[in-house]
Amino acid sequence: MKVRAQIGMVLNLDKCIGCHTCSVTCKNVWTTREGVEYAWFNNVETKPGTGYPTDWENQSRWNGGWIRTKSGKLQPKQGGKFRILANIFGNPDLPEIDDYYEPFDFDHDHLKSAPEMEAFPTARPYSKITGERMEKIEKGPNWEEILGGEFSKRSQDYNFEGIQKAIYGEYENTFMMYLPRLCEHCLNPACAASCPSGAIYKREEDGIVLIDQEKCRGWRMCVSGCPYKKVYYNWSTGKSEKCTLCYPRIESGQPTVCSETCVGRIRYLGVMLYDADKISEAASVEQEKDLYDAQLGVFLDPNDPEVIAAARAEGVPEDWIASARVSPIWKMAMEWKVAFPLHPEYRTLPMVWYIPPLSPIQNAAQAGSIGVDGDMPDVKSLRIPVRYLANMLTAGDEAPVVTALERMLAMRAYMRAKTVDGVIDEKIAARVGLSPAMVEDMYKIMALADYEDRFVIPTTHREQVEDAYDIKGGCGLTDGNGCSTGISKGNLFGGKKRPLKMPHEVM
Amino acid sequence: MHNFLFGIYPYITLVVLAVGSIARYETDPFTWKTSSSQLLRRRQLILGSVLFHLGILVIFVGHFVGLLTPIAIFDALGISHGAKQLLAMVAGGVAGVISLTGALILLNRRLSDPRIRKTSSFADIAILMILVAQLVLGLGTIFASAQHLDGHEMTRFMTWAQKIVTFRAGAAEEIADVALIFKLHMFLGLTIFLLFPFTRLVHMLSAPVRYVLRPGYQVVRSRRRHPAE
Repeated sequence: MKVRAQIGMVLNLDKCIGCHTCSVTCKNVWTTREGVEYAWFNNVETKPGTGYPTDWENQSRWNGGWIRTKSGKLQPKQGGKFRILANIFGNPDLPEIDDYYEPFDFDHDHLKSAPEMEAFPTARPYSKITGERMEKIEKGPNWEEILGGEFSKRSQDYNFEGIQKAIYGEYENTFMMYLPRLCEHCLNPACAASCPSGAIYKREEDGIVLIDQEKCRGWRMCVSGCPYKKVYYNWSTGKSEKCTLCYPRIESGQPTVCSETCVGRIRYLGVMLYDADKISEAASVEQEKDLYDAQLGVFLDPNDPEVIAAARAEGVPEDWIASARVSPIWKMAMEWKVAFPLHPEYRTLPMVWYIPPLSPIQNAAQAGSIGVDGDMPDVKSLRIPVRYLANMLTAGDEAPVVTALERMLAMRAYMRAKTVDGVIDEKIAARVGLSPAMVEDMYKIMALADYEDRFVIPTTHREQVEDAYDIKGGCGLTDGNGCSTGISKGNLFGGKKRPLKMPHEVM
Repeated sequence: MHNFLFGIYPYITLVVLAVGSIARYETDPFTWKTSSSQLLRRRQLILGSVLFHLGILVIFVGHFVGLLTPIAIFDALGISHGAKQLLAMVAGGVAGVISLTGALILLNRRLSDPRIRKTSSFADIAILMILVAQLVLGLGTIFASAQHLDGHEMTRFMTWAQKIVTFRAGAAEEIADVALIFKLHMFLGLTIFLLFPFTRLVHMLSAPVRYVLRPGYQVVRSRRRHPAE
């Protein structure tokens, strides 16, 4: 057992209102620079839809993630090491910027500088790459917002796999949900595996996956390797960039920008302990439907004395172990089993999990004919097909999703009985396999969602690993290249190089 | 002048190549990159880039082995100078045509595609043009060497290169009376060495051969001091 800790995230899709505050605050902090205008480390998609970049979930097209070879070994879907190197001069699986969208801005200056004319002046769009006029904007980062566009296009959505989708194109049967997406900070990251330079690494202390900007050479294999298409090639600097889980904030115990600013309070951050020795075994189980369970098996119970002892032996700090014990992620993923990984079939063991959304009862207008299972509506009669959610969250296995939805419905029924009728109905809790205390806790964390309950983030102990004297007068967080902005301005030999203690590779 | 260009200039270029590359890597590793533009425009890139690089790799290995292997080794292997020259002409010619085709596709793309043109630096365009010129000159030398197939002239280039790298005197005299096109090709080649550290060419020094040696696929870094250490 090799205990490691990771900051995991859960997004409660049941409460996401699709306001894009997460995306916008993230963009303002991280990707307003030239070269990454098109990149959204966090984006919110309306589902069903093909998403951003278009059709990203279709791995038969993009070859992201991992496959299990006939011999049972794991290999990046885009190919093993030799194949990746063979494709280095021209990567056949790399999306073009048009698969995201051509970044644009509007000619705002024209509004005030236009000469007097008959028609009112307009701000027309221009390309942020070439600066040339764009006559028509064909695509954006949220092109299918609230079911925008024809159903025939949106229904190319990969999650319709195995569903008779035609009826969902009808107005009466339509459904939608929001899916905020960011880097999954996987336990088995395919981007890191695909990087020929070894520039992408997972941090042992908190599991954050980062790209070493000084080591990245721009071979761009990570972009195609990541099945979530959450590594972005900066066309200006020639380096790949990705979500950093706002590590400077996490290190100081603060939630990420997207989590902090989430209006619906849907985001949770907390510590998960996991067994690094079990990763490859879990990621290479034969059946895709078993991957969700396999990943649950990688997590370690922070209340188990054996685990605690092993964690201490591995040097996991005491406050991290304590935080793991009150981690909201642990509760939602392991105790209540209401949160699921996004597309476990990619075999990356993602660490940003999702609580599936409830939805209105189908044909609710036909009162009386609602499918009812005891006091609760049957989850099969929810507007969003369970199979659709299962395709997204459990590789098509409906049972765990049904249980989660039933538990969320039971929580509502229980609390309604308690607060409205003044009755404690233990049967409701018992029927979905929970105790009243667990339901109350679920209510506290998932419904009330206080700040302290959502974010349980221990600080990083940098004082244990570096001497503050070495970093005095440093530049804080910069875009690589020491204190410079990344573009070398002459002075080939100028500047003193400070001996920096670099983290060492352990695997 | 001839003595300077082929006796002294090579050393200047090699020193700039070595010191400049080390200095850039040390002081500004962030700028060390391939500068791929595939994301912006896939069209032409894959075909052009694959042809160009494959050709260049063959040419590079050919020049390296062909020029720097001591003549005695070829003699010992029983390869006549004429046969070696023919091999160099044919292999180099084929690889040169492949590479030039790719380079012209890339140059066309870089100059005519607005996205690539607007995001290109002066160095990006200039070095590609220089490489095209060098490939043309290199292919041109094939016609010059077809004038005398006995391999004698080729051994003079080998001697020149080997004298240069072993710091022996009289390197420039070896090639004093070769055809002008050879001299132009060599001068431009040396100039490419000179420009190397200041352009995107540096990416060839980080060809990721270590990737295949990496144990497993994953990379994990730790800041923590492990009890075992």
